Amino acid sequence: MTWLETLRRKKFMDPLTAAFYLVPAAVVVMVFRMVPIASAFVLSFFDVKMGRIRGFVGLAQYFKLFQDPTFFNSLGTTAYYVVGVVPASLFLSLLAAVLLNKKIRALGFYRTVFFLPVVTSLVAISMVWKWIFHPRLGLLNYVFEVLGGNAMLWLEEPRGIFEMMASGLGWAWWPDGLSGPSLALIAVIIVAIWRGIGYNIVIFLAGLQNIPDQYYEAARIDGANSRGVFWRVTWPLLSPTTFYVLLSTTITSFQVFTQIYLMTGPPVGGPMGTTKVIVYYLFEKGFDAGGNMGYASAVALVLFLIILSLTLVQRRLVESRVYY
Amino acid sequence: MEQTATLHDRELNAGYRMKRSAGMAAVYAALVVGVALMIVPFWWMISTSLKSPLEILAFPPTWIPTGHFAERADGTWEEVYIVSQDETAGTVDVRSLDGDLERTVAASAVVDRIRFRFRNYAEAWSQAPFARYYFNTILITVFVVMGVLVTSSLAAYAFARMKFWGRDNIFLIFLSMMMVPQPVYLVPSYIILVKLGWIDTYQALIIPWFAHIFSIFLLRQHFKTIPNDLYDAAIIDGCSRFAFLWRVILPLSKAVLVAVVIFTIVGTWNSFLWPLVMTNTPEVRPLQVGLARFSQEQGTSHELMMAAAAFSVAPLIVAYFFAQKQIIQSMATSGLKG
Repeated sequence: MTWLETLRRKKFMDPLTAAFYLVPAAVVVMVFRMVPIASAFVLSFFDVKMGRIRGFVGLAQYFKLFQDPTFFNSLGTTAYYVVGVVPASLFLSLLAAVLLNKKIRALGFYRTVFFLPVVTSLVAISMVWKWIFHPRLGLLNYVFEVLGGNAMLWLEEPRGIFEMMASGLGWAWWPDGLSGPSLALIAVIIVAIWRGIGYNIVIFLAGLQNIPDQYYEAARIDGANSRGVFWRVTWPLLSPTTFYVLLSTTITSFQVFTQIYLMTGPPVGGPMGTTKVIVYYLFEKGFDAGGNMGYASAVALVLFLIILSLTLVQRRLVESRVYY
Repeated sequence: MEQTATLHDRELNAGYRMKRSAGMAAVYAALVVGVALMIVPFWWMISTSLKSPLEILAFPPTWIPTGHFAERADGTWEEVYIVSQDETAGTVDVRSLDGDLERTVAASAVVDRIRFRFRNYAEAWSQAPFARYYFNTILITVFVVMGVLVTSSLAAYAFARMKFWGRDNIFLIFLSMMMVPQPVYLVPSYIILVKLGWIDTYQALIIPWFAHIFSIFLLRQHFKTIPNDLYDAAIIDGCSRFAFLWRVILPLSKAVLVAVVIFTIVGTWNSFLWPLVMTNTPEVRPLQVGLARFSQEQGTSHELMMAAAAFSVAPLIVAYFFAQKQIIQSMATSGLKG
């Protein structure tokens, strides 16, 4: 009895028939996903310049990477970016979703408006915001001046915000290591929050609408005030949604590229390299000058490990509290 | 909840009700501020795109595009800019926007009027091969959507309704690859495309996106909900396996297929990093990369850059206003944030 017959006997289908349906997708996935992902790992052990493999170098790229201050700076900048975007985006989108869930009139209108930037291309958004942040002619500086504030350099400002605050308070000295993210990076963070908030609002709104009304009624009958209702009913029952939004926003934020590429600079990477995030560094190493693709692969692998661990955390958390 | 609330309200005093309506007023106020913050950048894009180059430099900036107009000798009006002002004499020196002729007129003869400079759009359009970029993006999007629909329905059908060796493991491998972000495999993909000789070709922007794992996943989940009885009945009636997919399953999955089409269109139209790396020449360059290139080369003519940005986002935004419900739903299920 051949293996084919064994399979048939177990009511398995003829593998050739299944293959007919599977092959178109499988070939593409194999050639353009599986092979690249596997080689991303392998390439980091080779010297690759301009798309040509020149030789095996073992762990040399990694030794170089872990002594590369620009790499660590890009990790730090990315961390600043993530910390700047994620909590603010979560807070604002949850706030908006809770307000929108209050049986307001014209809910559809608000949702449409908040979601509008999500369907707009990041390239166009970056151009518009770069114009708004323009140091001399920008709308934002105009608004600041009307409100009695000072014009700022925004995307062209390399100084860290803590350092700027300190000098604003008249302090002559501030420790170098604590100057914080540059104002340029803060400007990019503002745009990212603006761009992504609509998506998070829609997810939160769906989560809020899934909470059964009985819980609210019971809490009311028990005499809970609105703050109590939020912290004792809404917040715990919304937690799976919150975890999802938290981790998906974090994972996307680690991959920020387009805004950095288009809003900061020239030279790209921002004033004094203060907006050079990890994906931009990867792009610069691999494709810009020199094309050191082995090195870029090592950077990619570090990025992959960060995102993989976040994904695993996400799955753990979501699986342990299934409300979907 | 509605009934309980009204019952309650009747018993409560007017003070409580006032407090409640004050609360709702605060809610609306907060939402209006939010809406304003979301809208202003779009407003600013459109408004800037319709201004004259000189109006861009005006301080304070104009919210609605406005020009200075002066009367010509023959009684017609032309747009001018103000070269200097003589307050004591009450005159201004003006120069017409197109010509060099400078003349002095009474200050009262110059009026401000709202006007939209639509020619910025034509000018921006002609300064870079935007027609080509547009064509490229539409071509790429159409092919990717067709490819994704064909490969995903076939694969999802196999995963959902056929039994074959290693099915669940293959599916798991597919799913796990979905979690690897694009920047991670960008470099090896580039090398593969170099080896295939595909750099700067349409294939490089289409074929790698022909299979979309999340769409396979979404369709498989939906196909699994279609009852087996339907299949048995169809087979007894002499329906082939493929005909069952084509005539029964796909018509029953219209909503999911529409969602797939929407997020594929939006994702392809807006994709940037991949085409940025895989193309060098304007012949195959899609709109987003062309727009980015235009903004980097243009640099100073903000009204042209905003016009270009506006006509690049227009198709999706117009579509969004017609089908916002489906688009929001589709994007929310896909987890796609552009």
